[in-house]
Amino acid sequence: MTFWSDPINFVAQWLRDVFTGWGWNPGLANAITLLLGALVLILFAMLLDIFLVWVERKVVARFQDRLGPNRIGPFGIFQPFADIVKLIIKEDITPAGADKLVYNLAPILSLTSVLLLWAILPLAATIYGTDLNVALLYLVAAGSLGTLSIIMAGWSSNNKYALLGAFRMVAAMVSYEIPMVVALLIPTIITGSMSVKEITLAQGDGGVWFFIAAPLATVIFLISAIAELGRSPFDLNEAESEIVAGFHIEYTGMKFGLFYAGELLHAFTFGGFLAILFFGGYRFFGLENLHPFVGAIIFLVKALIGYWVIMWVKYTVPRIRIDHMLGFNWKFLTPLSLVVLMVTAVLNQVLAGTETWVYALVMFLANVVIGWLTLEALRAYSRSQRKAEEPAVESVAQAAQH
Amino acid sequence: MTAIQIIFILSALVILGAAVMVVSTRNLVHAALYLVATLFGVAVLYAILDATFLTVVQVVVYIGAIAILFIFAIMLTRREMRDQGEQLNKGWGAAALIGLLTFGGLFMLLNNWRGVNATAAALPSGFDGVVELGTALVSTDAFVLPFEVASVLLLAALIGAVYVAGTKK
Amino acid sequence: MLFEYIAIATLIVLAVIVALIAIGLGELFGPKKKMEEKSMPYESGMTPYGPGTRRMPVRFYLIAVLFILFDIEVVFFLPWAIVFRQLGLFGLIEMAVFIAILLVGYIYAWKKGALEWE
Repeated sequence: MTFWSDPINFVAQWLRDVFTGWGWNPGLANAITLLLGALVLILFAMLLDIFLVWVERKVVARFQDRLGPNRIGPFGIFQPFADIVKLIIKEDITPAGADKLVYNLAPILSLTSVLLLWAILPLAATIYGTDLNVALLYLVAAGSLGTLSIIMAGWSSNNKYALLGAFRMVAAMVSYEIPMVVALLIPTIITGSMSVKEITLAQGDGGVWFFIAAPLATVIFLISAIAELGRSPFDLNEAESEIVAGFHIEYTGMKFGLFYAGELLHAFTFGGFLAILFFGGYRFFGLENLHPFVGAIIFLVKALIGYWVIMWVKYTVPRIRIDHMLGFNWKFLTPLSLVVLMVTAVLNQVLAGTETWVYALVMFLANVVIGWLTLEALRAYSRSQRKAEEPAVESVAQAAQH
Repeated sequence: MTAIQIIFILSALVILGAAVMVVSTRNLVHAALYLVATLFGVAVLYAILDATFLTVVQVVVYIGAIAILFIFAIMLTRREMRDQGEQLNKGWGAAALIGLLTFGGLFMLLNNWRGVNATAAALPSGFDGVVELGTALVSTDAFVLPFEVASVLLLAALIGAVYVAGTKK
Repeated sequence: MLFEYIAIATLIVLAVIVALIAIGLGELFGPKKKMEEKSMPYESGMTPYGPGTRRMPVRFYLIAVLFILFDIEVVFFLPWAIVFRQLGLFGLIEMAVFIAILLVGYIYAWKKGALEWE
């Protein structure tokens, strides 16, 4: 292992050697190295988060035909620092009747639940926090801590809007967790492992990016990720015209900042998981073999594209009603995801041992067929709905004529 | 004392302390949140035991689903989420005595059992608990019947939930 | 495997510390002028009435119950999905039975209107 081929692990090993050289025992040396590694990871994530504030503001501005921040620094890139200073010098207000401990714990838990995800993100083949063998379920577990933080924030604020926002958000998050887990199961079935490292490797040599073998799973994961994030069209938790800001309505200053930072980083992280699970992670046709940092850059670019898609949806699609949102999940997305899962499982068994391209092609065609059948079923359903409504509309029109 | 023992003692203290708070706090939502702390401590115990899958499932199912359901249920049932009544009844002395005696008896019993001092053998390298679990769940000489019966249990729970919480129609 | 969890625990501790530092900075530099109007819960400018925490509609509870049941169901899928390749046809049939039983419950819930938001 040289510095050039694997800088992160080389530095870690070097630190370990230095620490043991000082006469520390290996356990302590390992622990301190681990601590430093985690610190670097968190600092990187937080710096990225600051950058994301700029990205988000700039992109939303372009979507809305505005310029966005352009005063501080080139293209306004230092705007987020000004934002941070502003948040820091704001007064920290705790509303009367709030449950102080829970109220203060909620933003911390919210940010932690997002940073937890960075433990398992493989930035490159040799740059990752840990390689957990249940990584995909860990992703869901971190999400459930986020759910808890939202209900804590909503309940402890002693505000009706906050409570209502929390209820809506939690209902959306828990509902869409089901199709999300099922969508996560599909790469698991194809790979035979829940480890994100294995999943990335399986999309490399002798494999295809999973969005070819599982396009429907990709879409289902994207939709449920957006719902999990509480972004438009599923942003009922902060429907401005009804409940203002939702669960974090009472938070000011840096506590609000933590929620905001957590939300942006969460969105980017889901972009990253989209890239890992379905778009080959840090792999790009062998380019990642040049250097681990090239792999990391490829990964970050892919994650940014995933994040951009999430923003694109957010700023294009209007908010939908809560009954539509839950109905869409329970009556459409959940059964669809289970059908896709079973078909993938059966085909995976039938196609075991075939060439990669045959496997990918058959899987892709199967997904196309399922998608087409789904659309046909939806069309038939909406046609029947329209038929049921038409006479009523006509009679109203006639009544208006008279 | 090894690092694992320290982690175990710390998490055991968290579990017991939070469990006491669950039953003694007067605020119901606080009780639910202390329950979350207890459940998280149990997840740490699973992690110590190398049961990775159970650790994550503990968080997903117990914290992510059951604790959320508890909080929803608390907010559903009461307007005043506080308990004003007496916390102890007349029999508390006898109950404490019986509890202490049971604990002492268990302590004596376990102290004489050699399993308590045994150290678990290290897991063979390449051992993957999830794979073992998956195989055991669906193989005929292990848990296939409980696995299928579990689905019947879930079905019963689903029907029960729809019946109880269902809208009147 | 324990090592992975120690790494994650380290990350949790550091994340909490980072969050605390952020809040601490706000405490340090922010103004502290308390007044009654400011600490009132925000209700679009109206003076709030009644308790802030209200009873919740029962439909949220039903969503949570449905979620738990399906969550447990998909958690059972996960270990199966990992060893699925080795299991062959038998594993597939078993999972089909498992899903079929739950499908009955799903159809029941749909027919009884538990999936509607009324």
